[in-house]
Amino acid sequence: MGGALGVASGSALLMSYLSLIVLIPIAAIAARGLGVTVHTNGWGMAVWHWSASSDFSGFWSNVTQSDSAHAIWLSLWLSLSVAAVNAVFGVVIAMVLVRDSFAGKRLLEGVIDLPFALPTIVAGVVFVYLYGGSSPVHVNLIGTWMGLLVALLFVTLPFSVRAVQPVLESLDSNAEDASRSLGAGGFRTFASVVLPSLLPAILTGFGLAFARAVGEFGSITLIAGGQQTTTTASNLIFNLFAGQNYTRAAAVSVALLVLSLLLLASIGVTSSRIQRRLSL
Amino acid sequence: MTDTVTIVPAARRNRARDPHRRQLLPLRAAALLYVALLVGIPVCFLFGKAFSAGLGTFWNQITQPGAVSALELSAKVAAIVVPVNTIVGVGAGMLLARRQFVGKRLLDLTFDVPIAISPIIIGLSLFLAYSKIGAFGPWLFARGVMLVFSVPGVVLATMAVSLPYVLRSIVPVLIEIGESQEQAARTLGAGMWRRLFTITLPAIRWALLYGIAVTLARSLGEFGAVLVVSGNRAGLTQTLPVYIYSAWDQNFNDVGAFSGAVVLAAISISVLIVLSILRARERRLRVDIA
Repeated sequence: MGGALGVASGSALLMSYLSLIVLIPIAAIAARGLGVTVHTNGWGMAVWHWSASSDFSGFWSNVTQSDSAHAIWLSLWLSLSVAAVNAVFGVVIAMVLVRDSFAGKRLLEGVIDLPFALPTIVAGVVFVYLYGGSSPVHVNLIGTWMGLLVALLFVTLPFSVRAVQPVLESLDSNAEDASRSLGAGGFRTFASVVLPSLLPAILTGFGLAFARAVGEFGSITLIAGGQQTTTTASNLIFNLFAGQNYTRAAAVSVALLVLSLLLLASIGVTSSRIQRRLSL
Repeated sequence: MTDTVTIVPAARRNRARDPHRRQLLPLRAAALLYVALLVGIPVCFLFGKAFSAGLGTFWNQITQPGAVSALELSAKVAAIVVPVNTIVGVGAGMLLARRQFVGKRLLDLTFDVPIAISPIIIGLSLFLAYSKIGAFGPWLFARGVMLVFSVPGVVLATMAVSLPYVLRSIVPVLIEIGESQEQAARTLGAGMWRRLFTITLPAIRWALLYGIAVTLARSLGEFGAVLVVSGNRAGLTQTLPVYIYSAWDQNFNDVGAFSGAVVLAAISISVLIVLSILRARERRLRVDIA
């Protein structure tokens, strides 16, 4: 059968492509961060060397230096705050998009997607000008965590709204009608009937927004203003790279990846637990 | 008299379902205020600011040699990356939706890496793999292959960050439409390519176009990964986003940066309009790639 051969060679090509652009680079950064030296022999095959420093003590001292620890901590708490604020507004906006009707709703629908489509450096330039030294509204947020917060709220908004909206659309209204006919008010109905069934979707949005915020660079690098106090992990990684401090840059990357994967995994576990309880 | 069945149109039923719409007013106010402050004002400001200096200044800025070569490079990179990642996305999508094989989970996860990882880290990892100080760099350099600080490096970084979008938008649709039509065509003797082009691709066309549009937007707008891998060489490896950054951060040319930003914003807003049309046609699109 010609199809099987085609599929096999197609898969081989696909795996080579993915290795070239994703898998080999990720292995290279992990090795560098953990202190493993990788060389190539004459045929271009990788050869691994565990040197004296590959006992993780080098890695540990690289990520616990005060600026690394500060940057990682800043990225984590900022991203969690941003995901939390947008989780609330995500539900509010999704409620309005699904339940309300007014002139200009379609415009609102389109504007929600703008931060997703707009290149991050464009957002960065706009924010540093709008909330910078020559701000037309006289607000200077350069070098403050408020500046980072505004930019991150902007770039993560679509994820928080779009995760909740379809679930809200497909929600069965019987339970709500029952709640209302039993005399519960609008807020009580929302809190005890609508919100619990939205929780898994809200958590999904929270995770997506968090992941996006933790890795964000373009929109916040300018407004961070080069201050040590507002250097996020991705900013620090770039600074270390630019200063040819490659091993530390790789170590901070590995630490950030591990910590955010752990957080995302725990969000996933919580979400599936809630889902199971709901379907019982 | 026979029974009459009243058919209430969906829109009216919806309206009737929520007799408490007045309670939504504070929510509507909050939503509009938040979106206006966070998104509306900055975007209006961008266009206002770029044109406040006059159309002549704007035109003068975007026709500077550095800006023109950056725009050209961005277009060239997108012209390579978008077709490659479209073919890769369709191929991998067919594998993931239609076949069982060892390593399927790994393939699925690999496509999530660029969404889960910071573009700066993607750029750095490419650098640590293929630069002179990287694992495979010396071997590649000895053979004259420069994969960083070069145009191929920019292409590689853009391929990595825009990898998942075609796959992620077509897989849910591929799974939902099922295999029955493809199998019918097969029993009638249609070959693999014929089945792909006459059955599968037409069935997933809106989702596919959506994925292609997102890939295009990501390719044109990618900044972090390209900044690391390109070496930011003006006129050689500067894409439009990197040019905007340099104009602002290194050359203190804020009008130039704003003019470049307006060009990029105009392109991405056009892509956005296409996206919203496609979303209206295809309701099965995954939400989490926006």
